[in-house]
Amino acid sequence: MKYKSVFDIIGPVMIGPSSSHTAGAARIGRVARSLFGREPKWANISFYGSFASTYKGHGTDIAIVGGLLDYDTFDERIKTSLDIAESAGIKISIREEEAVTDHPNTARIHIGDEKGELELVGISIGGGKIEIIELNGFLLKLSGNHPALLVVHNDKYGAIAAVANVLAKYAINIGHMEVARKEVGQQALMTIEVDQNIDQKVIDELSILPNILKVTRIVD
Amino acid sequence: MFRNVKELIELAEQKNVKISEIMINQEVEVTGKSREVILEQMEFNLTVMEQAVEKGLAGVKSNSGLTGGDAVLMHNYIQKGNFLSGETLLDAVSKAVATNEVNAAMGTICATPTAGSAGVVPGTLFALKEKLKPTRMQMIEYLFTAGAFGFVVANNASISGAAGGCQAEVGSAAGMAAAAIVEMAGGTPRQSAEAMAITLKNMLGLVCDPVAGLVEVPCVKRNAMGAANAMVAADMALAGITSRIPCDEVIDAMYKIGQTMPTALKETAQGGLAATPTARELEAKIFGMSLK
Repeated sequence: MKYKSVFDIIGPVMIGPSSSHTAGAARIGRVARSLFGREPKWANISFYGSFASTYKGHGTDIAIVGGLLDYDTFDERIKTSLDIAESAGIKISIREEEAVTDHPNTARIHIGDEKGELELVGISIGGGKIEIIELNGFLLKLSGNHPALLVVHNDKYGAIAAVANVLAKYAINIGHMEVARKEVGQQALMTIEVDQNIDQKVIDELSILPNILKVTRIVD
Repeated sequence: MFRNVKELIELAEQKNVKISEIMINQEVEVTGKSREVILEQMEFNLTVMEQAVEKGLAGVKSNSGLTGGDAVLMHNYIQKGNFLSGETLLDAVSKAVATNEVNAAMGTICATPTAGSAGVVPGTLFALKEKLKPTRMQMIEYLFTAGAFGFVVANNASISGAAGGCQAEVGSAAGMAAAAIVEMAGGTPRQSAEAMAITLKNMLGLVCDPVAGLVEVPCVKRNAMGAANAMVAADMALAGITSRIPCDEVIDAMYKIGQTMPTALKETAQGGLAATPTARELEAKIFGMSLK
């Protein structure tokens, strides 16, 4: 069952006009913001496919920037997000890419400030549901059918076991899990799909574990 | 958990409860949230829908200038009293248009099941509010019943125009609304399923061909007709008329039609109304270029 909750059908509450081009875009932006952990100083946003050809009419640009400002899909400030970002001194650049991607609604977001950078590719699959398919060069394989956690961590022994232990403590079953790292001992990423929604309490408990850098929910 | 309409109806009949009750119970089970929290969340969605209807009836205009103001025209026409169809039906049309015009104008709406089809369920609901004077709880139940049928369609076929054509978006929305109308009007769960089947049958084959790629033309008027279709089908089911093809088979037929529909007719703005000379002129005017 791809859709689990009645609120996937009666919802989300959002700023129009398109659940895939507006609400989905806002959610992709907000995941980037959430993973970055703070307001970025600059953002380079690339649109592909249908996003590239119709983003102006759908407000996909203002939705993504709204997400970067940490606004939910229904936040009225989405409509003026470009102005708000400008007055906050955030430099936004939008590019329409011609490359053909696997999914027609694809966006690449590269954000950063003096302390760091983050790059993410998201797709909007319909009805406001999204998938993140790439993070900082790590390819992610998420079905989008289940709630998922992204855990950025140091590639150290025990980090994965500690995360699994916390999930076990809350009786959360792991349906699919992947671990990727670029170089031994450097930053690594756990992608965990679980069977039920994850409370903030669990996220908080995971976040304070040793060697865990960032924990984010990406599908609800 | 119910997987199809047959199981949904059987559950409601066995337990002798409304379809909305089955949906609420399943939501409690799946999310682990309390009944109160779930009802509150749906009431919030109801309030959003109510505000969108009010805003649309006050008059809005989209950024592209393609849509807006039709809900007001319809409302004024009803006020004059010289209408041909029934008042509740036209009221549903005006409120469905109101919601979708707000959507096109980047206002706040509740996707039901998508943003492009957000007018049908609230349009019919707020027209029935005038006619049947439901309690707030009955209005919330209306949304759970609509959601139960949408849940079946989303999991067995599709609710996305890009995936299944407009039959999957406005068609699903209209079927969901028809089933909920029947419940609110005092019909049986089985009559809800008949209304859903009758509605969706009449939406089969509907292509998704948005002019200039925008959720405006023909979306707004398709929401109007989706609402009208739902109202008439609900009346048919309440009259005792049944669908010769069972609801689940209609949903399956819709899915298969969507799969065999050419890509040009699935939200790509390459075919249908989007490919007409006027549509090409409009998109050139809006974007300064043609999407072709």
